[in-house]
This record gives sequence, C-alpha cells and structure tokens, in this order.
Amino acid sequence: MSLELRGITKTFGSFTANDSINLKVETGQIHAILGENGAGKSTLMNIVYGLLKADSGEILIDGKSVDISGPSDALSVGIGMVHQHFMLVPVFSVAENIMLGHEKFNKFRVLDLDEARKAIRAISEDFGLQVDPDAIVETLPVGIQQKVEIIKALIHEAKVLILDEPTAVLTPQETDELLNTMRDLKNKGTSIIFITHKLREVRAVADQITIIRRGKVVASVAPEASEGELASMMVGRAVDLAPEKYAHEMGSAILEVKNLTVRDALGTAVVKSVNFHVNAGEVLAVAGVQGNGQSELARALINLEEHIEGSVLLDGREIRGSSIKDSLHAGIAFIPESRELDGVIGSFSIAENLILDLHDRAPYSKGINISAKVMQEEADKRVAEFDIRAQSIMDSVSTLSGGNKQKVVIARELSRPIKVLVASQPTRGLDVGSIEFVHERILSERDAGRGVVLFSTELDEVIALADRIAVMYRGEILDIVDSKVTREELGLLMAGISSSKASA
Amino acid sequence: MKIRSNVEKRRLQGIAIITALSSLSFLYFGILKPGKEATTFGFVLNDEWVIIKDWVISSQTGARIFSITSLLASAIAVLALKKGRSISVPVAVASFGILMSFLTWIASGKFIPFTGLLQGGLLLSIPLIFGAMSGLVCERSGVINIAIEGQLLASAFVSAVVASLTDLAWWGLLAAPFAGAAISYLLATFAIKFSVDQVILGFVINVLVIGLTDYLYKKLLIPQQNTWNSPPLLEVVPIPILSKIPVVGPILFTHTIVVYLMVAIVSMVTFGLHKTKWGLRTRAVGEHPTAADTVGIDVNKLRFRNVIFSGMIAGVGGAFYTVGSVGAFGKEMTAGAGFIALAALIFGKWSPIGALFAALLFGFATNLQSTLSIIGVAIPSEFMLMVPYIATIIAVTGLVGRVRAPAADGIPYIRGGAH
Repeated sequence: MSLELRGITKTFGSFTANDSINLKVETGQIHAILGENGAGKSTLMNIVYGLLKADSGEILIDGKSVDISGPSDALSVGIGMVHQHFMLVPVFSVAENIMLGHEKFNKFRVLDLDEARKAIRAISEDFGLQVDPDAIVETLPVGIQQKVEIIKALIHEAKVLILDEPTAVLTPQETDELLNTMRDLKNKGTSIIFITHKLREVRAVADQITIIRRGKVVASVAPEASEGELASMMVGRAVDLAPEKYAHEMGSAILEVKNLTVRDALGTAVVKSVNFHVNAGEVLAVAGVQGNGQSELARALINLEEHIEGSVLLDGREIRGSSIKDSLHAGIAFIPESRELDGVIGSFSIAENLILDLHDRAPYSKGINISAKVMQEEADKRVAEFDIRAQSIMDSVSTLSGGNKQKVVIARELSRPIKVLVASQPTRGLDVGSIEFVHERILSERDAGRGVVLFSTELDEVIALADRIAVMYRGEILDIVDSKVTREELGLLMAGISSSKASA
Repeated sequence: MKIRSNVEKRRLQGIAIITALSSLSFLYFGILKPGKEATTFGFVLNDEWVIIKDWVISSQTGARIFSITSLLASAIAVLALKKGRSISVPVAVASFGILMSFLTWIASGKFIPFTGLLQGGLLLSIPLIFGAMSGLVCERSGVINIAIEGQLLASAFVSAVVASLTDLAWWGLLAAPFAGAAISYLLATFAIKFSVDQVILGFVINVLVIGLTDYLYKKLLIPQQNTWNSPPLLEVVPIPILSKIPVVGPILFTHTIVVYLMVAIVSMVTFGLHKTKWGLRTRAVGEHPTAADTVGIDVNKLRFRNVIFSGMIAGVGGAFYTVGSVGAFGKEMTAGAGFIALAALIFGKWSPIGALFAALLFGFATNLQSTLSIIGVAIPSEFMLMVPYIATIIAVTGLVGRVRAPAADGIPYIRGGAH
C-alpha cells in the first residue's frame, strides 16, 4: 500500500508547523523523515494518524483520497503508528492492551482473552517478535514494550507503519534488533515511515530520506548521502558533528563519591552504593539507558534527593547533607534534566532567572532590596557572552526557544566560581546549533580545569565528550571504561552485561 | 545485604501489629483488668428455624479464649508467610478474635444483641457502598468524584418527595437514580467539557445541593409535610428459606429490595470491570486516555457516560435514606456519608470488593458505637466516628499495601494535549 501526502499545511496561531508538505511512501519502502526537534515531523505524523486536523492538503492511499479525522479512520485504512511515548496502558497485560479498542467476545459477551493470546502468538511467530501475552506491560523492558506496540499495529492489519523516534529509548543492541525487524516487515510488504534525527540509523535502513526543516520539505535523497550532507540539510548550514577535544593534563580528584545510595519515597534503593571520582580537567560521562538511576544520582550530587546515604567529597570537603544552596556555593554547577521544570522559572524574566542563585547577596541585593540596575547590567553582559537570543532581557523565559532556555541555565550556573559541573541530559530536545554550543561550553569548562560529570543517554555525545565513561544499570555503576571503548562494548554494558561477564 | 520487598515488609508489619494487639488484649482484658461479671450474647432477631439460646460466658474467660484464638491465628499467619501462602484468612480470624475479646470484656454484666449488631452494621453501610461504587465507576474512568455526598443527598430528597406525592415507595426508588444522574450531569459537563478542577467542582456541587435541599426542606417539606414529606417505606422482602437460617438469615436475607440491589450492583461492577468491553475501556481511559484514543475509543464520551451511570448508582443509595429506612427526608440527613464512601473507596484501593469491605467495616464501627452506648457502656462517639478517617489515613500511608489511584484520575483529556 502506498501513502501520499499532498500540500499538507498546519498552523498553530502564527506558527506554521507544516508548510504544504508533499511526500510519497511507496509500497514496501522504508521512508525516513529526518529533521531536528521542532521541525514538524511529529505534527505531520499526528495529522496522518488523525490526532490532528490539517488546515489544508490531502492524504492519498493507493492514489485515492481519504478522509482521516480520527485514529479509528487511520486504523481502518491500514495506517498504524508506534508513538514515541508508548500508547500502552502500563497496568494492563499485553493481551488486554492489544485487545483494547478491538474487543472480541465469547457468546456471553464476556471478553475473550484467549482469542487475543492466539492472535499475538501468530503475529509473534510470523515476524519474530517474541512476547508473553500475559505479562503486565509495566514490568517489561522498553524494548519489549515497543514490540508490543508493533504487534498492536500489525494485529490491526496495518499496511503503513509509522515509527515515531523509535530508537530514542533503546540500547544500541535493541536498536539493531529493531532495524532488523523493520527490514523483515518491509520484505513482507509493509511500508514504514521512520521518523528520527539520528543519521546513522537512517543510512542503515532507509530506502528514501525526506528532510524536513522548519515545517518544509527541503530535500528528498537516497541513503547514499553522507552523514555530513544529511546533517547540513537538516540544520540548514554546515555543521561540525564531532566537537574537537584536545588532549591535556588532568589534575587530581576534585569530586569523590563513595558508597552513595539513593532511596525513593518507598525506601527502594534507586542508586546502589555507587563509587567514582572525577579529576580536575576531566569529563566523566555517565551513560546508560534512561531510568537506570542516572537522574537520581545527578540530583543526589547537589542534595536534591530526600534519602541519600554515603559520601560526596568536593575538593576533599564533605558536602552530602548540606543544603542545596550550600552545595551550589561550595562550587557545584548544576544543569538539570528538565529545563522547564527545574532549570528556569518560566514566568520570570531572563534577567531574574540569571540571578536566581545569587539574588540574596551583593552586588545584587542591598538589605531587603534587589538592585534592578546591577541585575540588568549583569544580565546584558551574560546575554552577550552566552549568545542568548531574545528581544529583551525583561522578556519572560517562557517566550524563549529550548536552546535559548538552556543557554540561560548554563549562563547562570557557569557564572559562579565553580569546581565541578554536573550536567544532566544537557542537550535533550535541542537543535543541532544549540547542541554544538552546549558541547563547546562543556569542553571549555574541562579545559579550564574543572571536573565535569555529564549524564547522557546519547551515545554519540558520550563518546565525543568523555574522557572516561561510567555505565549505569539498575542503580549500579557496572563499569568505568576509557573513552576509546567501542559502541558495541558500551551497548553490552548498557544492557547490564559487564565486560568481565562478557569475556567469561 | 538482603533487601526485603515492600510487600514482604508490609506483611511482616501487619503480622507484628496483629500479634501485638492479640497479646495486649490477652493481658489487658484477660489478666490485668478483667470484667467481673458474665457477658450475654443474643443471637435471635426474628423467627428463625432454630432459636439459638443466649450465650452466657464469664467476661474474663471469654476474653481469654478469644485472645488466645487470635494469638493462635497470628502464629498460623507467621507460618503461612514463611511458606509464601496468603495470610489474609488467619489475619481476619485474629482480628475477629481481638474484636470479640474486646466485646466480652466491655459488656461484662450486660447483653450484646450480636445478630442485631451485625445487621445494623450492614444497614448503616448500604449508602456507603452505593456511594463508593459511584466513586469507583467515576474514578476508574478518570474523573474524580467528590460530589458523592451531593448525589446521595439530592436523590434522598427526590425519592422522599416523589414517594410522598405518588404515595408509592417504588416511585421514590425509581426517581432517585434520575436525581443522582442530574447531579452527575453537572459534574460531567464542567469536569469533562470545560476541564474545571474536579476537586473544587465536587465541593461546589455538594454545597449547592445542601443549600438547595435545605431551602426546599424549610419552605416546602416542613410546612406541608403530609403532601411533600411523608413517603411510605419499601417493604422488607425476606428471601424464602434463606431468611430462616439462624444468625445469617436476619443479617443477610431479610431486607428491602435496596440491599439486594446493592449486592447486584457490586457484583455487576466487579464482573464488568474485568470481564467486559465496558470495563476494559473504562480502565484504559482512567489509566492512559491517549492510548485509548489512539485505538479509536472516544475518551470523553465514555467518561461522560460513566459519570452519569455513577450518579444513578449513588441515587439508589440516596433512596435508601428515605424510602429504604427512615421514611421522611431530614435536613442534611446524609451527614458526610459521601465522604466516608470516598474514604472506603480509597481504603479499598479502588477495587469494588475492597471498597465493599471497607464500607462494611465503617458501617460496623458506627453501629458498634451506638449499640455500646445503648447498652450503657459509652465510648465517646467521636472516637468511633473517627474510625473511617483514621483507617483511610493508614491506607494512604501504605500500611495496607500500595494504594494507587488510576493514573489519569482527575486529569481532563484534551486530544493532542501535553503528555
């Protein structure tokens, strides 16, 4: 089945998310849609799947125009979608999830789960997607949950399958497995729309690549194009994919973490007796699949978690148990995982956000007043230094783009005298230009002799920036390895297989 | 280091508490402060086949026997835990032993109408159960229902008025669900269509219903009581044969239709929630509405219907206040039952059977208090009335297991909205 989009346009207020997009996916083709975050890929797919209504344009299936005004229409014409955030009910079993919306009954109008189990097994065998129909979804690893999503689409006889950023949550091995599944599906005649911003995957699997930038189709190319070409089309200018990292002398340990355990509110240990140290002038990257305790560990370093045991020594001084404020002023800079929630106060101005940490001391405050003049002068300086693009420093931060919000956070955190920078997913959801900026700043802190702890789930980022890499799995640091490690080795570690075990 | 799972930890805590209470009751009721006289338990209420004689036992001996029973049950619970079996039966037996030990002790020299105590407890819990089922149907589909109190009160009022005007209790019972549904319509419209904060909305609806019924009561029901507020009562329909069984008969099988309806509704909701299309979809929209939408389920329509249905369930419970038991409508006669029903829902972990037992427990506690004050051993009634709330606080602190509300409870669904 082929799918064609003609002149799809969608605006939100004055913002044009999709600008007359034309696209054709042939039968049995893997068609990649490549674009930065915010380029309009998800909007386009939500239109195809009926979750959003296009302002104009038409959708053609096998050359015939169809009207899709809801997901049920999409399903009935044979379009299935695997969403970036899984559309599975966590407390349901696999069978219940798959049956939802297409329930089968026995003669007493009672749900017939056996029927669903049989159908799941049949699809499992046909496509090599092994899952237990009676497993509860929330207990399954993400990779398996994704298989459930794919089975869900196939069971509804999807002939066109949309995969929205499917590799974002997977380990490298799971990613490879998914790419193989995609090839299998293609060979059995399913058309696939593969949405991503990861160049390597696109080149590995796609038959055709359409590049979207700022809501417009800028090019449609064959997968033979180089990564550099694809990246520059995606961003609209030449980009430097790998930041330059110079070898230099490292100092002694500036941050030492000993037997650090973090518990959640129910008393379950989410970080389990972790040990590591960071030298001055070194980037230690903490890699791992999302949700293995990295967020909690990052927060624990500045005492943001409630239940912390163990020891955190900053330049030889114990800081565990001190207040967050004291941790910050002892010399830790912190870039939180969610800028919107924890990094900035959206309704405050840029200038105010820039002094959140220092507002209570000279030169900003005099007695009970905050000096607006000093605040604005400092803000002007930092806006220039960190290249924050804004109309005015008095605009509220919520009006800024993600990249500029992150620059505000970085500008604030790096303007204190610091010894260690803790950055948690600092480039998540940013455009390529902003990512470059963040990477440069992280390396310049390293070169200036500070210790950097970088928490990241992006392997490319980890490999490009790190001097050493610690891999977290289920709350433990499985191993700390040199940055010359291969992607495969890292992948195994992220899946919980330590090198000692792997070689045994 | 061995890390115990939270479930295991909780079970251990539970057994520790029950063992401590058993020992305490043995020491205090059986040895330190024993009752001096005999306690009499009565078991006869109507004309059962076998008339069981009153049971007279020395307060001290009785307290000891029951405490020892509960200590034994606690020991069995420990064994069951070690073998990894369910501990609910021994724990229930132990709790019962402690309760009986307490009763024999406190009623020393007095008479306890045992059958009446349980029957009364059941009757007091009827509106709570209907209220809890109303809350359950709403909340499992993702709409918080604080307005149970309003649903109960409005339907109590309407059933009294309709039954008075028609002079038929049946009409009162039939009209009540519509009153409940009308209140639900308000809740559904504002909560689902206009995304109003559901907790505030529920409170506002309660205040509205209280104000409205107070006003009509004063202006209409009091001055013209014969026309407006003298409903006939529903008949008690004893179930043939079963109602004649001693003890069990009067407690379970000698009631008005409302009580039997309660059994039907609880069974229906339990079965429906887990075995039917309606239940699967209801749970889905309460847990992950976007997932339901993406497979073609109209989330808001289903929620709307469920909220209306919930009002109808609460309506039957409201009718119990008037045509089912007391007859005439009284000012604010539900007296917070809607909130206790909500407490039962949470204490019962949003499951129909759990909520049923929680409501029964709360009804029993209330009746125990009034029975004790009638036979002349007064515990300050305020303490007994606190029981549901204390139990709920214990429930939400996690002592009886993880209490997890439906994930999307109280969150309006807007397509394409933020995740």
